[in-house]
Amino acid sequence: MVKDQEFLEKKASYCLGLAKKLGATESSVVVKNSVSETVNFRNKKLDESNRSDDLGISITTFIGKKKSSISSSNLLNDNLKILIEKCVETTKKTPEDEFNSLPDKDLLAKEVKDLDLYDDTHIENDQKIDYLKKLEAAASNDQKIINTESSFTQNKSNFVLANSEGFCDGYKTSSFTSSSVTVAKDEKSMERDYEYSSKCFLKDLDDADELGKLAANQTIRKLSPKKIGSEKIAIIFDKRIAKGILSTFASAISSSAISRGTSFLKDKVNQKIFSDKINVLDKPDILKGLGSRNFDSEGVKTDTLKLVDQGILKHYLIDTYNGKKLNLKSNGRCGGTSNLYFENGNISFKDLLNSNSKSLYITETIGHGSNIVTGDYSVGATGFLVENGEFKYPINEITIAGNFKNMFQNITLANDLELKYATNSPTMLIEGMVVAGK
Amino acid sequence: MSIMSNFFEKSDLSRKEAESIISDTLQKCDDGELYLENSKSESILLDDNKIKNSSYNSDLGFGFRAISDEVVAYSHSNEISKNSLKQSSENLKSTLKSVKGTYNHEIPKSNKKYYNNINPIEQKSLNEKIKILNDVNDYLRSKGDKVKQVTANFLGEQKSVEIIRSGGETLSDVRPLVRFNVSVMVEKDGRKETGVYGVGGRQSYDAYLKDENWKSVCDEALRIASVNLESKPAPAGEMKVVLGPGWPAILIHEAVGHGLEGDFNRKKTSAFHNLMGQKVASEGVTIIDDGTIDNRRGSLTIDDEGTPTEKTVLIENGILKNFMQDRLNARLMKTRSTGSGRRENYRHIVLPRMRNTMMLSGKQSQEEMIKAVDKGIFAVSFGGGQVDITSGKFVFNCTEAYEIVNGKIGSPIKGATLIGDGPSILKEVSMVGNDMMMDPGIGTCGKAGQGVPVGVAQPSILINKMTVGGTKL
Repeated sequence: MVKDQEFLEKKASYCLGLAKKLGATESSVVVKNSVSETVNFRNKKLDESNRSDDLGISITTFIGKKKSSISSSNLLNDNLKILIEKCVETTKKTPEDEFNSLPDKDLLAKEVKDLDLYDDTHIENDQKIDYLKKLEAAASNDQKIINTESSFTQNKSNFVLANSEGFCDGYKTSSFTSSSVTVAKDEKSMERDYEYSSKCFLKDLDDADELGKLAANQTIRKLSPKKIGSEKIAIIFDKRIAKGILSTFASAISSSAISRGTSFLKDKVNQKIFSDKINVLDKPDILKGLGSRNFDSEGVKTDTLKLVDQGILKHYLIDTYNGKKLNLKSNGRCGGTSNLYFENGNISFKDLLNSNSKSLYITETIGHGSNIVTGDYSVGATGFLVENGEFKYPINEITIAGNFKNMFQNITLANDLELKYATNSPTMLIEGMVVAGK
Repeated sequence: MSIMSNFFEKSDLSRKEAESIISDTLQKCDDGELYLENSKSESILLDDNKIKNSSYNSDLGFGFRAISDEVVAYSHSNEISKNSLKQSSENLKSTLKSVKGTYNHEIPKSNKKYYNNINPIEQKSLNEKIKILNDVNDYLRSKGDKVKQVTANFLGEQKSVEIIRSGGETLSDVRPLVRFNVSVMVEKDGRKETGVYGVGGRQSYDAYLKDENWKSVCDEALRIASVNLESKPAPAGEMKVVLGPGWPAILIHEAVGHGLEGDFNRKKTSAFHNLMGQKVASEGVTIIDDGTIDNRRGSLTIDDEGTPTEKTVLIENGILKNFMQDRLNARLMKTRSTGSGRRENYRHIVLPRMRNTMMLSGKQSQEEMIKAVDKGIFAVSFGGGQVDITSGKFVFNCTEAYEIVNGKIGSPIKGATLIGDGPSILKEVSMVGNDMMMDPGIGTCGKAGQGVPVGVAQPSILINKMTVGGTKL
């Protein structure tokens, strides 16, 4: 079972006490425990079981404006003592940085709401096996499916964050995740695709049968792909790719990229960076939300932020260090966004498909082709050719390229947002991108 | 040996008791082991004119694995204690309810070692490391106003592993690893570009930094950034591509390396699974995966199952010869382990992985290749790549590339993605250079969420046809 609050708090206060005794002027500590149990199936048979029990502690000590940190998985007090001594010694030798400090006391979270993030239900491996049997039966129903791999994970975590300003809080979270990866084959090609579901509560998890069918269908429809010519064409991003574009936006407005000057969105607050109708929200208090939290990884309270309002950038994602550097207050985004999403657009998915006589619908991208310094974007892609609102045939071995500065100004969103993950987007259309193919 | 006793030193679990739990758990399994790991690592980062971070990590844990036929049961924990190991044992037994296998005790032996038993973190003082990072910052910023941002870091690690098999057989290894990285951002007329370069391997920091060698790392990062300031939009479409020697071999790693890993071929999900003994590359193309090169980032004395590593010939003169195997996939495919069983750390199961993947030299010069291209690109450096094993399609991102016009190298072009088809790309190789080079020791390969250090090498090569993902039609 995952360690209780009392155990974690005891370790945290031991560390803070010791750090102070050894000469740290300020310090903070995170103690975490995470227990997961996974069962994997392959071709309708048990393939792997995996149990992991991870303990971890990380401590940051300050001496004035000097700072250093250590982390360890060995929580025995003897070991912690050696490490904290080392940490304080290293701190003394590390040069000062005027922006180093704990968060301002008045920004720390005062009340911790119950966001319904922990489900105490324990699902035994035998029940996971039943779920996976059902899933794999559905996934391998069609003869074109030649390989299925699926997985079920239960995770229970607990943590405590404490600092020398008196902050000490934490809570349990849980997640249940099931996934299915299928391989389909015909005379001309072999293709792979996937589907997964992840929820805080077991009872909310997608039905096994539906998940398996969806994975299989998404794979089969990719068979016998064609390569198309190079041209300028409207691109429609499936939700699972569109949310990646939103994540790239989030990294480009992180205060570290802004303060270092390595983002194409530097100095763009209060400027129009998206098309008119685009709104982006980061909402940390969604009940059962996969990205929900009461405070960030420094203990600063997190409120809902409308990051983009009618196309205009309103906020960066600010932590304490970079905030001080930029002369801005932390808005509780150390460690990134919480539940981040584009608000719905006002046309239907169907109308989006119909908005150009010819477009490309992208279901998968590969490669690390997002450059947040320049805004350049170039990735390998797989998808479908759409003509007059209908899926014509699968496409692969192409790349799509553009620059986010232009791409953001040319986004149209459908009205099909679902809050399935921590970062979510409706289906997204971007005009004017370049496809490279034959 | 002192490392061996360390794992049980402060535990209520004695080595003898551990051995008996291991033997009891694995007695009717086909394979399995207890893997113990103790790693110490440091990271010192200079960014934005300041030492931003100095951190130290010490990680300790075990992973207990039992295999019956195709089924793997795994359990890991940070607590090396009687209770914890017994709980893991119970967990493994509950997965593998009724096993009737015969434990395979056979494991090859070797006395060879490919790196020294050192702790690189302690071989250089913190003050010295901080001084070099500050010198790097001053040196690069002295190169002119266009230098707007400098990031430099040291990463050092010492990882001690011990593998205890059923019957008490024990294998151990101590692995040093260091890396020194520099990233520089330059700006001219409002345009910003970045250049990154690094060095590393399984030796002390000084082996890579002596004689102010850090300056050449800085110069290279700055050179790449400066070239990119002058770059124009990349072309879009199919064309000839010349790859430079060394690091661009990540093309080989992505395009064919992953597809030749045993697990994907046993499961028949690799585009290569039915091509053994067949021609998969042009004549003259030979590719090996070698874990035995002294002090290289991808080298290992033994793999994470205890098998000594080797030099595995994957493709010989165009013909597919071998897959890379760990013990599990080797047994199921009725062959032997090639010493390719690796894991990121004790939290993860073993998978067949690459070590140092190399295409060997041919006869032609890079000059001949450039001359042979009317319209195409010359790719010198890459950021990273990815492959879809099943469809065989792979990509990689250029960080330094030039257009080739009528047999001559032209302007630099913006970072573009190249995309190709793994099983057919090597048949499109029409010239293999005489200038094979190793990468500088910076590669990390990701698979199933696990990152492991790897190396690559290749000579210059000419590829007849690849799709370049630029924006210029």
